[in-house]
Amino acid sequence: MQLASLSGNLLFFSFVAYLVATLIFGGAVKGAKTQESYENNRWGKIAIGITVIGFITHLGYFITRWIASAHAPVSNMFEFITAFAMMLVGAFILLFFIYRTPSLGLFALPLAVVMIGYASMFPRELSPLIPALQTYWLTIHVITAAIGEAILAISAVAGLVFLLKNIDLTKKSKQRFWLESVMFTLILVVGFILSSSTFAIMGYEAKFTYINKSEQTVQIVYNYPPLFGMNEYESLTPDKMTPLAEMPPIVNAKTLTTFVWSVATGIVLYILLRLILRRPIAALFQPFAKKANSEIMDEIGYRSVLIGFPVFTLGALVFAMIWAHEAWSRFWGWDPKEVWALITWLFYAAFLHLRLSRGWEGEKSAWLAVVGFIIIIFNLIVVNLIIAGLHSYA
Amino acid sequence: MSKIKCQCGHENPFGTVLCEKCGRPQTEEAKKSKLVDMRYEGSARRSQTYKRSFVDKIWNFFSSVKVGISIIIAVLATSAIGTIFPQKLFVPATTDSDIFAYYEKHYGFAGTLYYKLGFYDMYNSWWFIILIGMLGTSIIIASVDRFFPLYKSLKKQRTKRHRSFLKKQRIYAEGTVAESNNSLAKAEERLKELRYNVKTEEGALLAEKGRFSRWGPYVNHTGLIIFLFAVLLRSLPGFYVDEQVWLREGETRALPGAPGYYLKNNDFIIETYSKEEDSTFGQAIDRVGTIVKNYQSDVTLYKDAEGGLPGQSDQMEFVKDFSIVVNKPLNFDGFNVYQMDFRLDELKSMTFQLTEKETDKSFGEFTVDLLNPERLYQLNEGAIVELKEFYPDYGGIEDGEPVTKSPIPNNPAFIFKMVTPSKPKGEMSFVAIRQTLETKVNDYKVNFVSAETRDITGLVVRKDRTLYILLLGGIIFMIGVAQGSYWNHRRIWIQKGEGNELVLAGHTNKNWFGLKKELDKVKLYADLPQYEDRHDTEFDKEGKKGDKS
Repeated sequence: MQLASLSGNLLFFSFVAYLVATLIFGGAVKGAKTQESYENNRWGKIAIGITVIGFITHLGYFITRWIASAHAPVSNMFEFITAFAMMLVGAFILLFFIYRTPSLGLFALPLAVVMIGYASMFPRELSPLIPALQTYWLTIHVITAAIGEAILAISAVAGLVFLLKNIDLTKKSKQRFWLESVMFTLILVVGFILSSSTFAIMGYEAKFTYINKSEQTVQIVYNYPPLFGMNEYESLTPDKMTPLAEMPPIVNAKTLTTFVWSVATGIVLYILLRLILRRPIAALFQPFAKKANSEIMDEIGYRSVLIGFPVFTLGALVFAMIWAHEAWSRFWGWDPKEVWALITWLFYAAFLHLRLSRGWEGEKSAWLAVVGFIIIIFNLIVVNLIIAGLHSYA
Repeated sequence: MSKIKCQCGHENPFGTVLCEKCGRPQTEEAKKSKLVDMRYEGSARRSQTYKRSFVDKIWNFFSSVKVGISIIIAVLATSAIGTIFPQKLFVPATTDSDIFAYYEKHYGFAGTLYYKLGFYDMYNSWWFIILIGMLGTSIIIASVDRFFPLYKSLKKQRTKRHRSFLKKQRIYAEGTVAESNNSLAKAEERLKELRYNVKTEEGALLAEKGRFSRWGPYVNHTGLIIFLFAVLLRSLPGFYVDEQVWLREGETRALPGAPGYYLKNNDFIIETYSKEEDSTFGQAIDRVGTIVKNYQSDVTLYKDAEGGLPGQSDQMEFVKDFSIVVNKPLNFDGFNVYQMDFRLDELKSMTFQLTEKETDKSFGEFTVDLLNPERLYQLNEGAIVELKEFYPDYGGIEDGEPVTKSPIPNNPAFIFKMVTPSKPKGEMSFVAIRQTLETKVNDYKVNFVSAETRDITGLVVRKDRTLYILLLGGIIFMIGVAQGSYWNHRRIWIQKGEGNELVLAGHTNKNWFGLKKELDKVKLYADLPQYEDRHDTEFDKEGKKGDKS
């Protein structure tokens, strides 16, 4: 147990380090007057130093947790997302040393911070492996897939910087609307983290029994004030809030409640920010992207897809098929998670063909990279939590 | 079709854009454009040349990358739609009407629509299969259309290129240097250090590296075609076995799909994590409840003895003992047997005793095997119990007769005839779980003592001859995609002009940043004119968006 708590502390340290590094990268970008000072200024060096330290402690978290649980810590949502965040930071560090672009860090690190925050909303205790996961393919498949996805995610970060730099936010346009939508989505995630941790700190719990799809009576615990009740629910904690509406058996009212609370918190947060700033959220970040070189951002966006695509194919399709053949007796079974891995792969294949043959560079390429990341996240969150399938763990 | 003769004397195939040898533009369009289009080296591609016949039109359709991308997007979209609701495969129903009812009940109108549109079996639908077929066709035709011309022009390229070719490269420089011969020699030296293959020809230099990366796309497309071919093969009989078998503990059965092989289930085991043994996971066990640690079938594999008659159980030959667990199938002769499912505690046998109602005097106990029940049971003092009728899965009385729902002993019921010294003609009694029925009032009764249960394991037998072909396709794809992604084809041309003038041009299929970095090193060492990246200037102008199309 000591090792497990050490592991948790290391992760917390990384979280803080990334947060601090983001701020310093911000200073590095803002303070740079020339191209030379943008690439090699003192603040930039300090920030990347802190990022590397954060990455090392993150790796420390990963290793100690691995030792404590005796299996690679990639077996549930918390473990996978924190590992994904670690790979993302690793990929950023690698690209930083090739291209020297503080702007990339300024956007990649907050993403890692949000991811760790999001991951922490899931159960964090060490959990044992169910029989299907007891194989070295868990380690090989999941880690390779996560590395591939993290590298692909960097292309979305580069794309975002490109878009923030090149889209005129002073005039109304489709581009401005969609860019602001991306920002809004990020704020919704923050809304989820905020609302979820607030109720967790308050220790909120409401218990119900309900009748499930197979017509059995089961218990459920809400950690949010229940806006929606499960099918034919009966409260076991009458002093807590009574649900406003009852849902049919196929709708998971608990998930719906969490979703609505998160979105509501996100919207309130967004409106507050807009009222305080009096301009689009994207405009707040634009000055930090302005210093970046569009050519280099486009290049990073393309290269990270080039580097990430083979790794993703290997991890998320080839290794996945080999494992599926070992565990489930077929290499492909049209399980939703499998299908979405294929969709991700097809999407990036289309990206590469569009770029090579149709000359989709710059802004179009940047939008594609952002959409690719949305597909990855969709596969990670929606497919795992909402669409039922073999991969629905955690 | 006639050949095109270039000013340099080389004869190019019809449709060539850039002379294979010297690079001079051959079409009006190419002559006019500012930057030359270097894709496929401006070679004559069939699809760009012949556009008349029906075959040409089909060829041109599938060779278009635009069409290819459209097919990819179509496959992507249909796949995504297939995940909105569970596919037919995951629905616990077998008949069409039950499946329809399932979608209707669980997903309402949307579910009905999903069923009616055929989306419930998306991946076996004819349109999906046609899309995959089109994708395969597109991959083959588009690759053939490009590979051969590209291969030829890269093979034929000359070191010395025409100035008009160099001038239209994205990276270009011209200028007078102090000593052009010296610069050229130094450039050659530095480029070789950077692992370029350098060729020289009368004051001209061509440094090239990573040409093999140009073949990457064709290699990975070959891999994909092999993979799709293997998938196609699976639909042929004999390439693919997929059978399910349920084995009770102690039971031996012929393995379906694997003639001549028999499997005995010795024991089926389920283990769960316990807080004592797995204390690190205590919290998780508390939160979730039980977490399964292991599903395991201990089995023995037999096969027909050499020379023996097939199916003769006394002539089976022992092959091996094995513990099948999840992730560790039993392998033999190309077959795999997987742990897939189980049922716990099926009734195996029931023990009863015959007693006299009034005195509670027992004539002893007897045990009925529920799968192969015996008919007669000899008890003490000459008493006999005869099993007249047996209903393994008793489902009530229909038309005055008891019926069984299945041959599986889920709810056994019996009609016993009890023959005792005092009632030599016998008395009849109907015995089911928790009930006894008598037509007349009997003096004797059969009552339940105990039951024995056993587990059943659900195994899947698979043989897939296409696996190695699939794997080969996968490996070739990975090699090709790595080859094309992690290396790039870089070329640098340096040529002498008038006096001490030098002309420099550079091209790479990707990663221009890397090419420029290398060029900077060469320039510094060999005193070359400063190059210009014509792409930069159009990219980063204030107020202009970074897109040209």
